[in-house]
Amino acid sequence: MNILVCISKSPDTTSKIAFTDGNSKFDESGVQYIVNPYDEWYALVRALELKETLGGSVTIITVGGSSDEAVIRKALAIGADEAVRIDADPKDAYYTAIQIAEYAKSANFDLILTGKETINYNGSQVAGMIAEALSLPFVSLATKLDFSGSCFQLEREIVGGIEVVEVSGPVVVSCAKGMAEQRIPNMRGIMAARTKPLQIITAAGIEGQTLFVTYDLPPAKSACKMISPDNMDELVGLLHNEAKVI
Amino acid sequence: MTVLVYFKANLGLSKVATEIVTYAKKIGEQVIVLTNGEADANTLAQYGNYGASKVLWDADTNTTDNQVLSRLIGSIAEQEGAKTIIFTHDNIAKAVAPRLSVKLRAGLVSGAVDLPNSEGLVKVNVFSGKANGFVKVSTENKIITLLPNSIQPEVTSTNCPVEAIKTDSGESAIKVLTTKKPEGEIPLPEAEIVVSGGRGLKGPENWGIVENLAKALGAATACSRPVADIGWRPHHEHVGQTGVAIRPNLYIAAGISGAIQHLAGVNGSKVLVVINTDPEAPFFKAADYGVIGDVFEVLPRLTEAIEKFKASSN
Repeated sequence: MNILVCISKSPDTTSKIAFTDGNSKFDESGVQYIVNPYDEWYALVRALELKETLGGSVTIITVGGSSDEAVIRKALAIGADEAVRIDADPKDAYYTAIQIAEYAKSANFDLILTGKETINYNGSQVAGMIAEALSLPFVSLATKLDFSGSCFQLEREIVGGIEVVEVSGPVVVSCAKGMAEQRIPNMRGIMAARTKPLQIITAAGIEGQTLFVTYDLPPAKSACKMISPDNMDELVGLLHNEAKVI
Repeated sequence: MTVLVYFKANLGLSKVATEIVTYAKKIGEQVIVLTNGEADANTLAQYGNYGASKVLWDADTNTTDNQVLSRLIGSIAEQEGAKTIIFTHDNIAKAVAPRLSVKLRAGLVSGAVDLPNSEGLVKVNVFSGKANGFVKVSTENKIITLLPNSIQPEVTSTNCPVEAIKTDSGESAIKVLTTKKPEGEIPLPEAEIVVSGGRGLKGPENWGIVENLAKALGAATACSRPVADIGWRPHHEHVGQTGVAIRPNLYIAAGISGAIQHLAGVNGSKVLVVINTDPEAPFFKAADYGVIGDVFEVLPRLTEAIEKFKASSN
């Protein structure tokens, strides 16, 4: 089974979120980048588990500049066989998805995996866009993925519940919690990652469809008002008269 | 300008659907609702009250499959000359909207929290709720998915006609084997009030006090990640970074410390109430109202106070 796993970098969850250039750009100073957790913990690790039982290979792909090679090497250290970097600044989800779809057209993948969303833009867009660009079925927010016989069996999150589905490949799947457990790369993996193949591809000439023009930070919370545990009538009064939520 | 609104039909009037119809009416002159699956025509006609000029109802295409729905919605958008499509940001839209964005060459803004501003920029939450971004769509066709509870539904008009339509949107490549869905609960992302419990509840047998408070408030129940992981509560109740992100008017957290990953799922809530025995719990820093105390004493007292309040205001 040949699997393509799409990875994105994202700032470490504890990073300070700030903006520069008149609030038009994310302030990267002092920010540590990691592999987007949904891409790493769920998509990549499940891909490796499938490869370990079924054979085949796992290729990771990202759209980004040379500074992204640290996160690529991390994904290779966890166990991916090879990597592809499409050399471009990812303008938006559409731009990213079409670049990946263009690459996937020329290769022969049975399965294309992404995380359910990135933790910086939270758009949940790229996987569905790749599926449409390649005219493939798309299983979103999958929490379980197996392969037996000639098709994939999956569970996916639907509003308020779970749906169990079956589909033949090739298919695009976005992965949510439940798929797999996090793997910590070991020293052998980290050494091996240094020499694994990394292919750098020139980007296709396309335009994005959306643009983040500015950012702002939500106003700081005023201090928490403390209420005595013996006076719940006071809390109810505040929720009604002051907060106006009941 | 014609705006197309899509939601999957359900039998009652859906609050999130009235929100997106209201939203569409504020950005366009004519609002057309497209829905599919099992529904009741009289209920569908009520979307006219929120600004729809007609409802197109495809009862036979009873699916949530993203490939089939993107064909259906794409062909109706073209037929009706709608250049803007609005969804609620649910699990259906997360799968269908990106497909349509490619199919129609329509820039997609997902998770909008407000109407477009005077410059046409649409506000969205980014960095898991820690910041806002303002997005410009460069294409003529546009798709916006709106987070629940971002706009107040407004009744501006009267019932509208409902047209039953028949379409051929093809077969689904994905075969649905079973669906596991609890009946009769308020779907968490749509709830206006949520009562949530954490490890401080000490065991699944103690959830009665959470449920009683939720019942008194007409609220949905939720839980923290550790509670779902150890199986005290079902996974669909888990709110946080890896679970569901919600933004109710009121979120009451009982026995939850408020780790950064939990906050990422609830920091869109308008008012946060935190009840915890530990005065050092990080959640108090994000809370509007805090109670330092034992959840086993505080929750029943709060439930009683709510019941008294409800009885006196009726």
